[in-house]
Amino acid sequence: MTFLKINNLSIEYKMRKETVNAAKNINIDINKGEIVGLVGESGSGKSTVANAIVNLIDEPGKISNGSIFMGDTNISENQETIIQYRGKKIGLIFQDPQTSLNPILTIGEQLIETIQTHLNINTDEAKNRAINLLKEVGIKEAEKRFSNYPHQFSGGMRQRVVISLALCCEPELLIADEPTTALDVSIQSQILELIKKLTKERNLAVILITHDMGVIAETTDRVAVMKNGDLVEIGPTKQVLVEPKEKYTKSLVSSVPPTNKKISRFTIIEKENLNNQNNNIKILNRWSKKSIVDQNLVKIQNLSKSFDDSFFTENTKNSVMAVDDVSFDIKEGKSFGLVGESGSGKTTIAKMVVNLFKPSSGDIFFDNVNVTKIKKNKDLLKFRRQIQMIFQDPFSSLNGRLKVKEIIAEPIKLHNPNIKSMDLDNYIYDLLESVELSQQSAIRYPHEFSGGQRQRISIARALATQPRLLVCDEPTSALDVSIQAQILNLLKDLQEQLNLTILFISHDLPVVRQMCDKIAVLKDGKLCEVSETEELFKNPKHNYTKELLKLMPKIESIYN
Amino acid sequence: MVGEETSDEERAELRETLGLTDPIHIQFSRFVVNASKGEFGISYQLRRPVSELIIERLPATIELVLISALIALVSGTLLGVYTGINRKGFLSDFILAVSLLGVSLPTFVIGILFIYLFAVILGVLPSFGRGEVIDLGFWSTGLLTISGLKAIILPSVTLSLFQMTYIIRLVRAEMMEILQTDYIKFARARGISEKSINYKHALKNGLIPVITIAGINIGTLVAFSIITETVFQWPGMGFLFIQAVQFVDIPIMSAYLVFIAFVFVMINFIVDILYYFIDPRIRVKGDVTSG
Repeated sequence: MTFLKINNLSIEYKMRKETVNAAKNINIDINKGEIVGLVGESGSGKSTVANAIVNLIDEPGKISNGSIFMGDTNISENQETIIQYRGKKIGLIFQDPQTSLNPILTIGEQLIETIQTHLNINTDEAKNRAINLLKEVGIKEAEKRFSNYPHQFSGGMRQRVVISLALCCEPELLIADEPTTALDVSIQSQILELIKKLTKERNLAVILITHDMGVIAETTDRVAVMKNGDLVEIGPTKQVLVEPKEKYTKSLVSSVPPTNKKISRFTIIEKENLNNQNNNIKILNRWSKKSIVDQNLVKIQNLSKSFDDSFFTENTKNSVMAVDDVSFDIKEGKSFGLVGESGSGKTTIAKMVVNLFKPSSGDIFFDNVNVTKIKKNKDLLKFRRQIQMIFQDPFSSLNGRLKVKEIIAEPIKLHNPNIKSMDLDNYIYDLLESVELSQQSAIRYPHEFSGGQRQRISIARALATQPRLLVCDEPTSALDVSIQAQILNLLKDLQEQLNLTILFISHDLPVVRQMCDKIAVLKDGKLCEVSETEELFKNPKHNYTKELLKLMPKIESIYN
Repeated sequence: MVGEETSDEERAELRETLGLTDPIHIQFSRFVVNASKGEFGISYQLRRPVSELIIERLPATIELVLISALIALVSGTLLGVYTGINRKGFLSDFILAVSLLGVSLPTFVIGILFIYLFAVILGVLPSFGRGEVIDLGFWSTGLLTISGLKAIILPSVTLSLFQMTYIIRLVRAEMMEILQTDYIKFARARGISEKSINYKHALKNGLIPVITIAGINIGTLVAFSIITETVFQWPGMGFLFIQAVQFVDIPIMSAYLVFIAFVFVMINFIVDILYYFIDPRIRVKGDVTSG
């Protein structure tokens, strides 16, 4: 029997100039004991639908049409009904466990308050219930942790607390909005297991919202695909992922980096900007360094970096070894992957390679010169020109007050102060076209572009100095999967044509597999293993690597 | 200190005894040494030890500042919360419009307007002085007599207005920001009542920055009280200072400024300690367990 029935639901945001339809005529049925996935890219309306169920749509959004039935009750009709249902019959989990908990109340206070809001029991009973619940979601020493504040828990533990809060009054429906997106892969699998277990034990109906097709494949029973507020396709997960009916679903599935094999390019079915279909790398003519020497471009030897807790006392007890005795080489013209969970030191290594951090000890050789020994800024500049970086977040890594033209011109002028303005303009246009942006983009500001386009601008900026080494720090983790596929294709093309060497940093194993020739796995600042990509995936040696490979969500698991 | 008939020799002698003929660095180090012992010398005008004068005037100023700080904090927070929650109501707009007046009108104008309205036209409140004062030996208070209480209303409200409007706007901005956060949304999704969300969850978080600003502002209240005390002829330190300025009474001025600096440092120190009790993130630093 259908437990939750979303009927012809439409949600609109009335703005001053226009009305945005965030969801259009959505029909979804959910049964008890079933996990239904809601998948789509950012802006597809998946979170809006979830918020509509509990009537927590952000202003000025409103349900303009349709109804939501839970059992026989229409919960979208009456504000009073839904307020009573919140927490009691419907539990919600949000994406970021760092921000979902009130920082100045203990988790116990938050649990007790929620329990007492809905159940008529005294504080002691509520406390017992809360402690049992914390145990159930896997928090050790629950009696002790009960009076801790949220910041005393790690990300994964906090998400467990959030789940316990969502479940504390035994709701029948659980809505999880990207519950594992902010978590590392090992924690992610634990949380998903927990949700699956609770679904079975409590006969919950679960709506799982995510953009991660791997998570969908491993967790959900049925899946609904959304795009721009439309429900594109809904059906059993296996059917939708294996034999997608709609073109959009096909493109979405094909954009997902496969975990079980290496492909040369991603197939792009729907493209972001259609005006530049031909893949034309114009700056090739200007590129000075075209041939590759068979040598190690980067040699890293016994590299360590510690961060001291205090400025004044060199107390070794407080210092954190962010990078601990790491050594590896990168061959010229190859891509080298650095993989690890958050806090493993991968970004710290990248920043030392580009000389933003000074290593505590150890050496970095670039083109057989020990870069760490260079003292003069002038000498360093020569190396900076050859090493460029692309950052994770395209929204904060571009100066919003500068036009794209000025952003790209800056590094060119720094390293070539005598360039003529005609030349400079042409160079910028060539760079833009090489990253598949139009010449007109030059006179616009970063905020006029989407995330993927912005990352293209970052790439153009990085290429402006004609670097030999490109350090990419999670270049696609802020992007949707179809955009990710395009950016990764672009990076591959650029590398091939311009003979770039790439240091590619990511937590996403499938992406690294597609991009890199060789991979190093990091854990807590230490190197676990370095090997050729296919070797690493087929025949991992280190236990941690095996663990990571086992836990990563695999879209292919649907075939089993 | 000297009359018109004083001869040049007597003037020179007086300068000598006051130490005004010494080189500046010696005068200054003498001042620092004495100040560290709490001795600020003798007032040129009143011919009494400065520390005695300050202690005598201190209770009046402290009472005035404390009362106006209380008014500013309590009503500022209440109005701030109200306008933060009811963003679009008529009353909110009205409060904000009036608070704009409070920010833009200088204290002495407000003070004079109040005197005109309440003392001259309505005649309900006194326009100057502290009223009857009860001497407790170490402290003279005006808060225990009817006339003393009546006398403190106008100056304290005048003094508090600027801070109050400041706090209203701060609390309002904090509330609006915090009501948008994920944990408030999550609390709503758990069915927590609006009352608890507004006062327990949001206000408590919103007060953390307010305490910093309010702490610093109590220091400014002490400093601002110069103007208010002058307008209302309040016999506090600020009034003493203004008189000292007119007579170039340097010992009083330097003692007063040192005292104000001391107050600022103390208040900031107390605020920092308060953080420890209010914000658990500071209290248990570095006690994160992994999982």
